[in-house]
Amino acid sequence: MTAEIIVVTSGKGGVGKTTTSASLATGLAIAGKKVAVIDFDVGLRNLDLIMGCERRVVYDFVNVVHGEATLKQALIKDKRYENLYVLAASQTRDKDALTQEGVEKVLEELGKEGFDFVVCDSPAGIEKGAHLAMYFADHAVVVVNPEVSSVRDSDRILGLLASKTRRAERGDGAIKQHLLLTRYNPARVAVGEMLSVKDVEEILGINVVGVIPESENVLAASNAGVPVILDDNSFAGQAYSDTVARILGEERALRFLEVPKKGFFQRVFGG
Amino acid sequence: MGILDFLKRKPEPTAAVAKERLRIIVAQERSTRGAPDYLPLLRNELLEVIKKYVHVDLEAININVERDSGHEILELSVALPDHAEAKPG
Repeated sequence: MTAEIIVVTSGKGGVGKTTTSASLATGLAIAGKKVAVIDFDVGLRNLDLIMGCERRVVYDFVNVVHGEATLKQALIKDKRYENLYVLAASQTRDKDALTQEGVEKVLEELGKEGFDFVVCDSPAGIEKGAHLAMYFADHAVVVVNPEVSSVRDSDRILGLLASKTRRAERGDGAIKQHLLLTRYNPARVAVGEMLSVKDVEEILGINVVGVIPESENVLAASNAGVPVILDDNSFAGQAYSDTVARILGEERALRFLEVPKKGFFQRVFGG
Repeated sequence: MGILDFLKRKPEPTAAVAKERLRIIVAQERSTRGAPDYLPLLRNELLEVIKKYVHVDLEAININVERDSGHEILELSVALPDHAEAKPG
């Protein structure tokens, strides 16, 4: 049995890859899938913080690749969902600690252990770590902000996904590419200060799988170590739920693209 | 400009500028994607050589690598100015 491998990537840093990886993995677990989420950012471990399991990391991804720990020892079971596991990045090793063969072995073993999905949280850039995170992927979620450098970098990444992955090399059929627009601010789009969903889709020639509105709840969620998808009251959380459903094949209309209308009390009292 | 115009003045629609710039750069980068790394350097050196004889800009030189079954073709086109004057030499 093999697991479906999803890479979350972007090229540019700070656009929301780890936030997305955490919410995507959690959303898939909520849907009943057995999920592992792996931090590929060797040297700059962060996924553990966003998932809220930073104090339970004993062994990490590099330990498993080097045979210093078993996969079972290194997988951290999520405290909220028993079918969700985190594999942390190493803090101490250098970037060359991961090898293609080592990564392949871990992914194969996860498949044998009955995992349905493996979410690979890519580091920024297009160096080795990012390459390894995407190499074995079946799906790619390309996270992009409505901003010039992020859009340009994501086009670069889309090109790499189409050429520098195992599927591309073997001619196994293309990776399924999903474009996820994050930090979207409908009010700024409305006054022409920010690229719109349509603009980004036109430039990159690919439709979005979701749009996550810019939201203060994202910071609150990372402060607390709870993936924002679990915040049902936030637009960002709901938009992530929609996105996961779409990746699983469900049809859902895009939401939160318009400027939120203020209610009566907000208009009177401000806010 | 009346006071009303001033109040009604909208911020410049910078998103449109961003979109246009991205459209151009993305198209340009896609066209050179997968091409050998030496192409930009080759282009610059060719420009230096051509400049010895005629005045041309970098934009006037177009280099392309076409892949056909089993072989590659290096295509080079130089748009000469209307009245190409040979530089004395």
